[in-house]
Amino acid sequence: MKTFTYTINDALGIHARPAGQLAKLVAGFGSKITMAKEGGADVSAKSIMSLMGLGATKGTNITVKVEGPDEEAAAKAVEDFLKANL
Amino acid sequence: MIKCTGKSVLKGIAVGRIYVYRSGKFAPVKKQIEDVDKEQERLMQAVAQAGEQLESLYKNALETVGEEQAMIFDVHKMMLEDEGYLDEIKALIAQGCNAEFAVQEAGDKYSAMFAAMDDEYMRARSADVLDISGRVIDILSGVGQTSIDSREPVILLAEDLTPSETIQMDKSKIYAFVTVHGSASSHTAILARSMNLPSMVNTDVELLDKYHGKMAVVDGYNGEFIIDPDEDILNDMLANREKWLKETEELKKLIGQENVTRDGRRVNVYCNIGNVEDVDRVLKADGGGIGLFRSEFLYLGKDDYPTEEEQFESYKAVLQKMNGKKVIIRTLDIGADKKADYFKLDPEENPAMGYRAIRICLDRPEVFKTQLRAIYRASAFGTASIMFPMIISVEEIRKIKEIVEEVKKELTSENIAMGEVELGIMIETPAAAVISDELAKEVEFFSIGTNDLTQYTLAIDRQNQKLEKVCDLHHKAVLKLIQMTVENGHRENIWVGICGELASDTSLTKTFVDMGVDELSVSPTYVLGLRKAIREI
Repeated sequence: MKTFTYTINDALGIHARPAGQLAKLVAGFGSKITMAKEGGADVSAKSIMSLMGLGATKGTNITVKVEGPDEEAAAKAVEDFLKANL
Repeated sequence: MIKCTGKSVLKGIAVGRIYVYRSGKFAPVKKQIEDVDKEQERLMQAVAQAGEQLESLYKNALETVGEEQAMIFDVHKMMLEDEGYLDEIKALIAQGCNAEFAVQEAGDKYSAMFAAMDDEYMRARSADVLDISGRVIDILSGVGQTSIDSREPVILLAEDLTPSETIQMDKSKIYAFVTVHGSASSHTAILARSMNLPSMVNTDVELLDKYHGKMAVVDGYNGEFIIDPDEDILNDMLANREKWLKETEELKKLIGQENVTRDGRRVNVYCNIGNVEDVDRVLKADGGGIGLFRSEFLYLGKDDYPTEEEQFESYKAVLQKMNGKKVIIRTLDIGADKKADYFKLDPEENPAMGYRAIRICLDRPEVFKTQLRAIYRASAFGTASIMFPMIISVEEIRKIKEIVEEVKKELTSENIAMGEVELGIMIETPAAAVISDELAKEVEFFSIGTNDLTQYTLAIDRQNQKLEKVCDLHHKAVLKLIQMTVENGHRENIWVGICGELASDTSLTKTFVDMGVDELSVSPTYVLGLRKAIREI
């Protein structure tokens, strides 16, 4: 399993558009990918509504967990996406 | 005849029969189903159909109202296809529940989740979830989409409309929207404006079936909705509508034309905006730049001061969209009638003359510096200018310039790119107009704020309706102060504009052009009308 944390830098937080793009991206991998706020429950990164439901605003620390056959590539793709968009 | 009043969202006139519209949403009843597989199949078909509808709505919106407004349907489609949402529905069906009820339950759950969130943006998403759930339920239960079964166009009367209802209605069947709820800045109002439909929101009318089919008039100039008008009014309004339609068509021909008088004098016609979204209207109306970007939207309706980053993103977005055209950002003009709790401003006897605007900024330099840093950082992405409100003295400008220099020095030492930024002031106090000869030596432009200048010069409170009769908006004293300001500005070779309401008053356009005013900044709606007035001089 791969785990990393990321601090949201976007002024609007995880809003609709990037959440949708991220969900689409993640859907292309076979691994189970979840995200959680500090102290919060893991939610599926494949769900746009769950991602928005995190209520992750600027400065929020997000923990990403990736587990499965393509975890290496999936973790990198998610990390790259977060850095570029959020 | 029944006269109702409401908030007009577009100056125009519509005459037609009323169509009482009630959204097809009714609460589905829970039923026990036998064939679970068949019900799942029914659900997936409805979801696929809803997806197709949203796709065509997106394309339609892209063509008619542009990407910014269309995006909502793309987001709706992604939400509709959300795994968690669909799994929730499927799980309920697997327990033997009918698809309609399952969609309703899942929709309510997600909508409640969004409604409970801290962030205002996220709270607003709860309506989106209800919108997509309603769409799927309508398909499942065979309720026709928002089709209007009338051969002639109608005035659509509704409690409220969702953005998708507004956009998917056949435009050729609608003369106007009238809703009981909604605000002038709601999505529906914005869409109605971009579709050029004279519409009213927040109207004091009841949604009665007996109004269906009755003749009515929407008078967007006066914010009136008249049901069953008598013949004189009806004929007047029909004539006014013709006039309005003709004028609108004529004005469109002026897009791309110059703001130049017959004898070759040029005037810049810029726009006043209050948030990032307004830029689309500026571009559509062919505004030459932004003469007044009110920055208060960043501060009002919040729980705390906006961060530098938040402000930077907004300024940058506007500058990039304007693609090199001038954008004049007015620094914080809070106080008087515009208040935010976290500023902790004491109640005042006479707020219009109180602790406000630049007075707060100079007293709380940390707040001021955050805004200036954000503007200077954004200035690398376009042509930014800054203007300062409520100035009364040369000393204030010198203090401002010291703070500006500090900010620039800090950014330079942090290796942050900046563009050239013109600095100007608002002339909105009689004091500033009277000493404009001295002020002109200190800044690069003047922008005359006629609303406050009139209120302070005449000592007439703009918000007191009793004084409307004595408030002469063309008072000689105000016009003399404007003339003096223009002359003093030109003597020091700086440009002078007007950004208050008087700028859009076409009965004064010739007067202003003759005075030598270089720029007029108005709401996007008035750009082409003003261009016409200038070209006729």
